[in-house]
Amino acid sequence: MKTASTIMIIGSALLLSLFIYPLWVVELEAPQYPDGLGMFIHLNGLQGFTEFDLQNIDGLNHYIGMQTLPKAHEMWEFSVFPIVVGGMAILGIIVGFLGFIGKISHNWFLYWLILMTVLGVLGMFDFNAWMTDYGSNLDPNAIIKVTEPDGTPFSYKPPLLGSRDILNFTAISYPGTGGIFLTIGMFLTFIAYLVGFKTNKK
Amino acid sequence: MNLKNLGIGLLSIFFAVSCGKSEKKSGSNGALNKSHAEQVYVAPGEHDDYYAFISGGYSGNLLVYGLPSGRMFKEIPVFSQFPTSGYGYSEETKAMLNTSHGFIPWGDLHHPDISQTDGVTDGRWVFVNENNTPRIARVDLETFETVEVIEVPNSAGNHSSSFVTENTEYVVAGTRFSVPFPQQDISIKDYKGKFKGALSFIKVDQETGAMDINFQLMMPGFNYDLSHPGRGQSHGWFFFTTYNTEEASTLLEVNASQNDKDFIAAVNWKKIEEYVANGGGEMMPAEYAHNTYDHHTHVGKSEMKKEVRIVNPSDVPGAVFFLPTPKSPHGCDISPDGQYIVGNGKLSANLTVHSFPKMIKAIENESFDGEAYGIPILNFDETLAGVVENPGLGPLHTEFDDKGNAYTTFFITSEVVKWELGSWEIKDRKPTYYSVGHLTIPGGNSRKPDGKYMFAMNKITKDRYLPVGPELEHSAQLYDISGDKMELISDFPTHGEPHYAAAIKADKVAPNSRKIYRLDENEHPYAVKNEGETKVVRDGKTVHVYMSTIRSHFNPDNIEGIKVGDKVYFHITNLEQDFDVPHGFAMIGQNNSELLIMPGQTKTTTWEPDRVGVWPFYCTDFCSALHQEMQGYIRVSPADSDIELSWSLGEE
Repeated sequence: MKTASTIMIIGSALLLSLFIYPLWVVELEAPQYPDGLGMFIHLNGLQGFTEFDLQNIDGLNHYIGMQTLPKAHEMWEFSVFPIVVGGMAILGIIVGFLGFIGKISHNWFLYWLILMTVLGVLGMFDFNAWMTDYGSNLDPNAIIKVTEPDGTPFSYKPPLLGSRDILNFTAISYPGTGGIFLTIGMFLTFIAYLVGFKTNKK
Repeated sequence: MNLKNLGIGLLSIFFAVSCGKSEKKSGSNGALNKSHAEQVYVAPGEHDDYYAFISGGYSGNLLVYGLPSGRMFKEIPVFSQFPTSGYGYSEETKAMLNTSHGFIPWGDLHHPDISQTDGVTDGRWVFVNENNTPRIARVDLETFETVEVIEVPNSAGNHSSSFVTENTEYVVAGTRFSVPFPQQDISIKDYKGKFKGALSFIKVDQETGAMDINFQLMMPGFNYDLSHPGRGQSHGWFFFTTYNTEEASTLLEVNASQNDKDFIAAVNWKKIEEYVANGGGEMMPAEYAHNTYDHHTHVGKSEMKKEVRIVNPSDVPGAVFFLPTPKSPHGCDISPDGQYIVGNGKLSANLTVHSFPKMIKAIENESFDGEAYGIPILNFDETLAGVVENPGLGPLHTEFDDKGNAYTTFFITSEVVKWELGSWEIKDRKPTYYSVGHLTIPGGNSRKPDGKYMFAMNKITKDRYLPVGPELEHSAQLYDISGDKMELISDFPTHGEPHYAAAIKADKVAPNSRKIYRLDENEHPYAVKNEGETKVVRDGKTVHVYMSTIRSHFNPDNIEGIKVGDKVYFHITNLEQDFDVPHGFAMIGQNNSELLIMPGQTKTTTWEPDRVGVWPFYCTDFCSALHQEMQGYIRVSPADSDIELSWSLGEE
């Protein structure tokens, strides 16, 4: 049980890396941007690859009538997400510690993971909803208006994961370093549960 | 996708060219075989190994090329107005062309030299000289723009310039056409004794690069043709070739070619610096402009200086000596170790090489053969290191490689000759096309030459390229000098007349090159930081338009209330902060140049509307997909009209 609890503590502590590293990355590729153009999505706001990337993405997007990228204070997510992730990390560490001193069973590791997964899925839904709005809620007076062959307006929504061609750009989305640590961390908490389960059986 | 197509296009052009050439390989003029083509081929999207800063001569500008491709990257305006960007036309840059003679729209740019640290090129600045109205300019290698110009008083034909000492302590400027000192209304026949040749030592601030004349050495009235600094063991000395030691003032082609030997003047500048630091020399009245450009305010300023320190060489014993050198030497070149001083006697059958250690010994032993105007003349045999026998006709300039060889250009026999220092043996010779002037080896006048490439810059082009009427650009040839024999590998045209070039490894410069000017550092007095700050202000008959540009509009783009007889100043700030997104500005009927404004920069142009109507302006740089829409209108009303000044963007 001590091994399982230690893995639980490490796994949930890995969530804290999200306070340093980005959760997600959205990259835009076009011939005119040989050095790349893109942004890191952190828990508490957006950051360009270089200092002026966000401004330059907004500059390009004004042609197709997209909203400007949100500043940290313009979206509630950027103030709530850090609290949720920080809270869950601390909760996971406490659960692990209590398991370590034998106060609670390994089942609590699984409860923590289920809660974290539910919150994670909710977060993904929220993120996807924002991207859908960002990519399709366009200025009716946009300079360039593109429609699908069936007449519906073209959506500029970047993909949640993977790549998509959007006019002259290819948008590529993938987890950032923080997102990878988050995944590993959650996976470790599941291992912690399994190890705890096996230890208890003996 | 487009890039890929372009790449394939260029590749097929390249193959077509190389195939075409190899078929004609029997031709005599340096046939371009495939291996040579590969040597100079820089694939699409790849970068060259070296920057070459090539003088534009009578264009007044400095050209930036890549080696080995021979592709031109930029023309940097220095001494001439440049309507392409507005340099010398815009309110901010007119000051850069100010002199004691007032505004001068043109200059003759000769010798680029890259700043050095410990005798090695460091890629901070390029110094260049203007020959006609003597000036030295400094080009910043972060922005590749002219940031400083200093006029050189008491000088004329500023030719033995603008070479730097091995830690860029000084940039040196010498006089080719000696003039009366001080200037006065005397007969030209009174040349001898009354005319002087000033050698100016301009101190360079190591932090900022700012230039200031520390002293002018007032030498006899010879023609100081070219110069180079001592390095290593000879650091602290500067060497100048002279001709017209006959002191003729007419028909110099005959009268200045009579003496069997002219001189190389050896100047111990460290000694004179010490003399000056102890209060030596005399501050004399002078008038010369000092122009500086600031990359924060984006504004150039011109200040008129009123005095300069003059040093008489006979007042500093042991500081100046003459080395007799046969027949009107032109180039004065110092070997990388600082030991040899090569005098390229342009009317001499042989090349004369002096030895620095022997010179010092001759000075200690006082091996003098008389004196000229109080300056000791050293015994020729006592300073002579060796002679390169019959190398060719009309030697002009020498550069060095990193293997103990020297390369000298011969104007009359149109060739470059490779010879060995010490043995004075000729190793190789290759023709140039035609009548070569200068040659350049990257770092070839520093302690550490890079002996891979050498290029020759020619004075005559004739049939090298497709004919374009009587007036031609000059031709340059690039040679691979890494082997025993020089190999001609490429031929490319240069712009204006290239007098010398300085080349440097690209990685010393490229990482420092700026992409944009930061808008938050823009301190221009008429800058706007965002579209909310744009406005139009009338002050009597003067109107100031505070305008912004961002893809793809001007703000404001409709202005009414301008009147005939007004003088309109357009202060335009480019709000972009993205690499390579300039905007241009031009106004119909404007008696001025356009502006090309870099991201984060502010520039000002003027317009004096002379007739009533509604007049458009537009962006001259194809900035974006909607560049054609980037335009605006100005309504011009009669002088006595009472239409209120108004401006707008996007109001129907």
